[in-house]
Amino acid sequence: MKLRVHQLSKSFGDQEVLHDVNIGLEKVHSLALIGPSGGGKSTLLRIIAGLERPDAGTLHLNDEEVIFREKSLLAHRRSIGTVFQAYNLFPHLTALQNITLPLEKVHGYEAREAREMAESILQRFQLSEHGHKPPLQLSGGQRQRIAIARAIAIKPKILLFDEPTSALDPEMTAEVLDLISELREEGRDFVLVTHQMGFAHRVADQIALLSGGRIVECGPPEQVLDHPQSELTRSFLQKILKY
Amino acid sequence: MGDRILKWFWISPEDRAKPIRWQVLCLNFFLAVCLIAPICFFSFSQLRYAWNWGGIAPYGGFFLKGWRNTLWISSMALVLSTFIGLVVALARRSGLLILQALSRLYVEVIRGTPLLVQISFGFYVVADAFHFQNRLIVGVLTLSLFSGAFISEIIRSGIESVGFSQLESARAIGLTRSQTYRYVIFPQAIRLILPPLAGMLANLIKDSSLLAVIAIDEFTWSAQNVAGLTYSNFECYLLLAVGYLILTLPITLWTQWLEKRTQYET
Repeated sequence: MKLRVHQLSKSFGDQEVLHDVNIGLEKVHSLALIGPSGGGKSTLLRIIAGLERPDAGTLHLNDEEVIFREKSLLAHRRSIGTVFQAYNLFPHLTALQNITLPLEKVHGYEAREAREMAESILQRFQLSEHGHKPPLQLSGGQRQRIAIARAIAIKPKILLFDEPTSALDPEMTAEVLDLISELREEGRDFVLVTHQMGFAHRVADQIALLSGGRIVECGPPEQVLDHPQSELTRSFLQKILKY
Repeated sequence: MGDRILKWFWISPEDRAKPIRWQVLCLNFFLAVCLIAPICFFSFSQLRYAWNWGGIAPYGGFFLKGWRNTLWISSMALVLSTFIGLVVALARRSGLLILQALSRLYVEVIRGTPLLVQISFGFYVVADAFHFQNRLIVGVLTLSLFSGAFISEIIRSGIESVGFSQLESARAIGLTRSQTYRYVIFPQAIRLILPPLAGMLANLIKDSSLLAVIAIDEFTWSAQNVAGLTYSNFECYLLLAVGYLILTLPITLWTQWLEKRTQYET
């Protein structure tokens, strides 16, 4: 993917969450956004997802400018797959229906076709036996994997993960992270917000550390995580790796 | 042994989720009737009243006509008030502020004033000003507007019970606003809307009796007239009670059935 963020700013009320953020990435498959809570990483991801509008600045994804008007944002959202922390799935639908809903209603596939697509993805993810279950009968890890299945079923330009494992216990976290690694190996493009430094190191081509609404450091994991240049990064990593 | 007998009368907390056997349900329903019936029997046995069912028998057709009118008025008002409720609930959530203001004004005024006043004003003032003389239609409209205000609040609270994360997910997968209502919000809200809606619709049927004040010949109006002619008040009122139950029971049963059908685990 190609991602160019130029002078992006966003405030909620009088609190500035992003301040003149710049990112210029060419030919990377995966970007991990890390940093302290409230640092602005989720807001940046939500702007990329087309769920939030910046106050100023521009965003280019694969050489296309994202226009922050409702109509074009709708088209933009339809072309990417977003997975949140939790509660991604609709509780009144089965796992399978959760995947077919956007295929049928948003992307115009026939019911039968959508069903076949969903079933083949579930099979690939080894979730076939859970297709007929409502989300509340699934474990947290299974739910997140279904959410990822829903996101990739529409053949998105890129995938966005907003702390996809924060609500999970360690065992389920591993199950979801394994799946994301597999997607990485397939060469899928994604942006990931995470607190799992080891995982970020393994799957990300580039890591950006956001703190106080600014990009503190951006570069390959070997640089940002192993040889941090700034004092802020060092103290953040020290804190997070202490336990 | 004691346990097996107890199972006919009591479900332990761990059995709550399981369906109850119909024999057990029937037995306990029967017991409940046995508990209440003596009070009724006793009350009526103390009553010094010369029952004269024969006296009102000749007016059977008259009652039936009133009952059929009530059925007609209620069915129309049922559909119309649900529609009004839905539109007003959506208007209340609209981005257009005048719509929000209109729906608030409507709900507050209608909920705060007696139906009796609304019916009289609706017919003798508003309909009269527009030279509209069809009592039945004015009746249906007033009744629908009255219930619609309550139903809109029921629907609104159902809609607002659907969590923010659900709306975010709907947005993220690219559903439009109307698709979000149709595929995400309503299927989840309906579960919460149905129980109070059933009560409201049963009320609506009974409230239609107030249309007697503008001389619509509905069920209550016919009963009052027959009672006046024959002095058989209690006979007429008992008949009224049964007649309204025949109308309200199907509503309650139907919504209970719908409730079961729209149930999912939470």
